[in-house]
Amino acid sequence: MASAAHVVTLTIDGRDVSANADDTVLEVARENGIFIPRLCNIDGLTPVGACRLCLIEIKGSPKLVPACVAKVTEGMEVTTKSERLDRYRRVILEMLFAERNHICSVCVSNGHCELQALALDIGMTHVRVPYRYLRVGIDASHDRFIVDHNRCVLCTRCVRVCDEIEGAHTWDLLGRGTNSRVITDLHQPWGESDTCTSCGKCVNVCPTGALSIKGHSVAEMSKRKQFLPYLTLMRTEK
Amino acid sequence: MTRQIVIDPVTRIEGHAKITIHLDDDGRVQNAEFHVTQFRGFEKFCEGRPFSEMPSLMARICGICPVSHLIASAKACDELLAVQIPRTGQYLRRLMNLAQMVQSHALSFFHLASPDLLLGMDSDPGKRNIFGVLEAHPELARDGIQLRKFGQQIIEWLGGKRIHPAWVVPGGVSAPLTAERRDQILATVPEALEIAKRTIKWYKGVYEKFQSEIATFANFPSLFMGLTTERGRLALYDGKLRFMDEAGNIIADRLEPSQYSEYIEEAVEPYSYLKFPYYKPMGYPDGCYRVGPLARLNICTNCGTPIADAELTEFRQIQEGAVLSSFHYHYARLIEIIFCLERMEIYLTHPDILSKHVRAFAGPNSLEGVGVTEAPRGTLIHHYRIDENGLMKWANLIIATGHNNAAMNRGVTQVAKHYIKGATIPEGMLNRVEAVIRTYDPCLSCSTHAVGQMPLHVQLVAPDGTLVAEARRDDPDGVGGRIR
Repeated sequence: MASAAHVVTLTIDGRDVSANADDTVLEVARENGIFIPRLCNIDGLTPVGACRLCLIEIKGSPKLVPACVAKVTEGMEVTTKSERLDRYRRVILEMLFAERNHICSVCVSNGHCELQALALDIGMTHVRVPYRYLRVGIDASHDRFIVDHNRCVLCTRCVRVCDEIEGAHTWDLLGRGTNSRVITDLHQPWGESDTCTSCGKCVNVCPTGALSIKGHSVAEMSKRKQFLPYLTLMRTEK
Repeated sequence: MTRQIVIDPVTRIEGHAKITIHLDDDGRVQNAEFHVTQFRGFEKFCEGRPFSEMPSLMARICGICPVSHLIASAKACDELLAVQIPRTGQYLRRLMNLAQMVQSHALSFFHLASPDLLLGMDSDPGKRNIFGVLEAHPELARDGIQLRKFGQQIIEWLGGKRIHPAWVVPGGVSAPLTAERRDQILATVPEALEIAKRTIKWYKGVYEKFQSEIATFANFPSLFMGLTTERGRLALYDGKLRFMDEAGNIIADRLEPSQYSEYIEEAVEPYSYLKFPYYKPMGYPDGCYRVGPLARLNICTNCGTPIADAELTEFRQIQEGAVLSSFHYHYARLIEIIFCLERMEIYLTHPDILSKHVRAFAGPNSLEGVGVTEAPRGTLIHHYRIDENGLMKWANLIIATGHNNAAMNRGVTQVAKHYIKGATIPEGMLNRVEAVIRTYDPCLSCSTHAVGQMPLHVQLVAPDGTLVAEARRDDPDGVGGRIR
């Protein structure tokens, strides 16, 4: 009965919930049907706490904490919705939109995009920071897939899924700050990558239209996300 | 001194117009220029994007005829894929094109032109709009709204959205038609056809009152250009290009649309951002030609549907040879609405229309593609070049309104010469200038929509360049330049 000792109780938005001590707040919230926005996090991959959209308030702590990496503790009092959190999340979203060129109306993922859905959900009607109109290109050298850096939010889901699940580690990050790019191999064209197995996992975990299947027209690219928890589960059980 | 031309970078065709009228030493109108002062840059900013994005991206050029851009663009992309698209996919595209033609023509005729026709060119400008029509002739206004709704509704039923549906894709369409939708559309066609028949009957009773306008509204010899089927019939989706002269002689026929650059060239005038295409063998400006409903009905042998053909026979009584007055664009538009409705029934009852095979898939197999179709306003050309990965390298678009540019300018000059006497500009003149441009239904009027007026700016310039008089009609709702 060792696991019983690890059960902790906490409150999320005033609700009493119980959890395993090694769970994250985000996992527990989701299990209990409490919605916390997230962009870099996805079930089945290691959390990295990069996008900061899942920020929460914890009583007694002046700092906001990303729920995807915050482990639950006994007696923790978590708030997932507040005016302050909304404000932060909205600014984060606005900056994501302003950083590159997210043109939903002509995007392959229009209507199936997690960034777009979050913006709609939070009621983002406009962007208050100036757009940067970064000149970033498209790599269409791969036979089947396209990477459009204009739509990339640097969530690194592609990097993690390629490394952790496929084991190829084709994707990685180059540069710092706004100069960061996801790259294939050592910054070679995707079509020339020796390590890419063309499995398509990166495309399916990508939250936006940054990674898509070649030839898809506007609004046609919907991603299959279910495969990931399933694959993780099956591999762990073996 | 003339005032500086203000460049509003709003839209390619829609939006603001400017007219300059030049006087000779005796104060008579010598020339008039119709300026399109906007710049959009679609040809440039599509560069580097995947070609599969083009239909939806290019459709954003216009909110009234997005389907035409969708189709011209998708056809250019079909050529890049180098595939033959499934027959049903083509029928469905045609169906949506017809629906759009109906709604766009209805908008032009009822919402934009009918106030002049019903209330008179010199009537109170405050009431010379769709609301004035609603007040004076509620049945006609209702018919117009109904007909436009009919077209828009079908576009939505087919493509999921009334404006900018993403359903037309390279290789065909993205989803087949269901039996329920087919029946739903079929059930609405008879009412629309009744409205169209009623309207053309009414129109035939009133248009002869406008003799002076008919005589001066761009009533001059020119060439006419448009697509026809193999048999020379009216074609709106696909076909071969035909040129006809003012006497009704076919001077070039069965031209391959993809070879357009061999017989169409574009001239540039310093006063307008819109280029002036002309028929190459005749040079500029003699090779000036018109496109759109009037041109299509002039050049075609017949329509190929019974009611439209009966109307066409009557239409051709107006004049021997080609019908030359642009005033008759209105008439031609009404006949085309009937044709579209008749064609829709044919496609909807076709045994293959519900086939699930509506799209061909392929990668980029050809590095260059041209798509030509007939938009409500005339022949529309999209020409793309891509790299071997399918990214756009270059695009050239010749928009329907562009073909008519030279003819619109000549029309404005003709109206100005006829109606401007002395150094003042009467309101009726402004409206007639507006009305002659409006017969072409250029995308300029798209943006000003039914309420309010085209923001016009007319200048009278003496030979020494001084500004004699100026009349300005601002855009009261501030909506003229809105990008749709």
